[in-house]
Amino acid sequence: MTAFFQTLGMSHEWAWFVSTVCGILLIALPLMLAVAMIIYVDRKIWAAMALRRGPNVVGPFGLLQSFADGLKVFLQETIIPSASNKGLFLIAPVVTFTVALLAWAVIPFNSGAVLADINVGLLYVLAISSLGVYGTVMAGWASNSKYPFFSAMRASAQMISYEVSIGFILICVVLWAGTFNLNGIVWAQKGHVFGIINGFVANPLLFPMWVMFLISGMAETQRAPFDLTEAESELVAGYQTEYSSMAFAAYWLGEYANVLLMCALNATLFWGGWLPPLDIPVLYLVPGFIWFLLKVAFFFFVFSWVKATVPRYRYDQLMRLGWKVFLPVSLLFVVLVSGYLMATGHFQ
Amino acid sequence: MIQIIAFYLFAALTIASAVATIFSRNPVHSVLFLILAFFNAAGLMVLVGAEFIAMLLIIVYVGAVAVLFLFVVMMLDIDFAELRAGFVKNFPLGLLVAAVLVAELLVGLGVLKSGAMTLGTPDGTAAIPVGASNIEAIGALMYGRYLFLFEAAGLILLVAMIGAIVLTHRQRTDTRGQNISKQIARRPDEATVNVKPEVGKGVQL
Repeated sequence: MTAFFQTLGMSHEWAWFVSTVCGILLIALPLMLAVAMIIYVDRKIWAAMALRRGPNVVGPFGLLQSFADGLKVFLQETIIPSASNKGLFLIAPVVTFTVALLAWAVIPFNSGAVLADINVGLLYVLAISSLGVYGTVMAGWASNSKYPFFSAMRASAQMISYEVSIGFILICVVLWAGTFNLNGIVWAQKGHVFGIINGFVANPLLFPMWVMFLISGMAETQRAPFDLTEAESELVAGYQTEYSSMAFAAYWLGEYANVLLMCALNATLFWGGWLPPLDIPVLYLVPGFIWFLLKVAFFFFVFSWVKATVPRYRYDQLMRLGWKVFLPVSLLFVVLVSGYLMATGHFQ
Repeated sequence: MIQIIAFYLFAALTIASAVATIFSRNPVHSVLFLILAFFNAAGLMVLVGAEFIAMLLIIVYVGAVAVLFLFVVMMLDIDFAELRAGFVKNFPLGLLVAAVLVAELLVGLGVLKSGAMTLGTPDGTAAIPVGASNIEAIGALMYGRYLFLFEAAGLILLVAMIGAIVLTHRQRTDTRGQNISKQIARRPDEATVNVKPEVGKGVQL
């Protein structure tokens, strides 16, 4: 895109600047729209699983429900508790929302269609996802209220715990792909199993890693069954109890943008990203971003499905799963995968 | 042009947030400013082409260490008057630490000025081998030339970790833990009894 703007008579630096801003808008605006629609889809899926109708009043099939909710929240009064730490109270939702958008910079939507094609892409994703905890912790502390604070404590412990095993899972993928670049990881999955299946997930050594990644992703984004941070029966509404109006909406949108990011990571790291599922020339006629979006939509359905069917974990069970099950198993698989790759001469 | 603007932005913010870390009255604000300083330092490292170090700085310090700091500081009930009372008492110690840091900085600058080492440049042409990415270059050095030092560092960390676990571990006898595999293995017929009580009589379980 930089080259295109240079043909319009801009200097290289200006062309880079303008094309980057355009790229950011091209990702962020559809993402916001997708988040609005995905909230609607989420509610429809829960409704269908509970044999209800779900939102069906605003617009055809209730499609405009999220926009109506957005308008309602927008018109609400912004309440800042007088005992809160005002600066941090207002910064916290901004942090959550920004961080939720930041990681999308390195997600490849198609071959070469990535905003920042950096060779530490996966580390960047890890770094950004580790920042996500600050929005929650700051909200909990700045609210100066019991329940948000408890929730913030839970959230930080939970996210730190599951990031460890996510790190080990990603190491397995990186070892096999030989690169941290997300586009490179997608290319490495081309014809990975029997030369025909695109995706690390069909690999028997990496399949358990994918299962653990899916579950850790749910814990990391605080989705059910790990939504202990907003357990209504214990914590009112969790860390955003004191928030209203657009600050609350920022948390809401940020949470769903994070869920979508986890779906995109699942698709990119294990299911071949923008590659078709099978390495057959006919399937390449369908543009890559359509395959990518289909995979993301499928994983979002899985996330919704789990939320609709699985009861909430207890806090000590959550910690046990993270530290006593996932951590040793993922560590074992790092050893297995690297041992297998060394034995078969993958690195020569 | 953009690099120069970015450099001065990151550098100014690093220094400003480092100063704010020291001067904030509220310890939570201090930690948050410290995180901002880490973040801007990571930005500076990206500018010299050390993107791997930058990412590690964020993952390790911002993502893990600073969260624990924040955790502890947030739970403390801090008495500001008491803190200020200790200031005069600890002032000489603070001066000593400052003097050591300044001396280290001067030694470092002296080594740099004498030409004993080269640093990266803002335009990204750092002293990295051409054709190798950051991660490969670091990996080759770490697992090749400095393998024994690296292994020794790993061993020391392992010993420290085991030590910390041994020091804090205690066998609790006053709590009942949950044995999940035992719970799953339990079948209905061993958990429930089917009694057919006679009408008007009590039930013994």
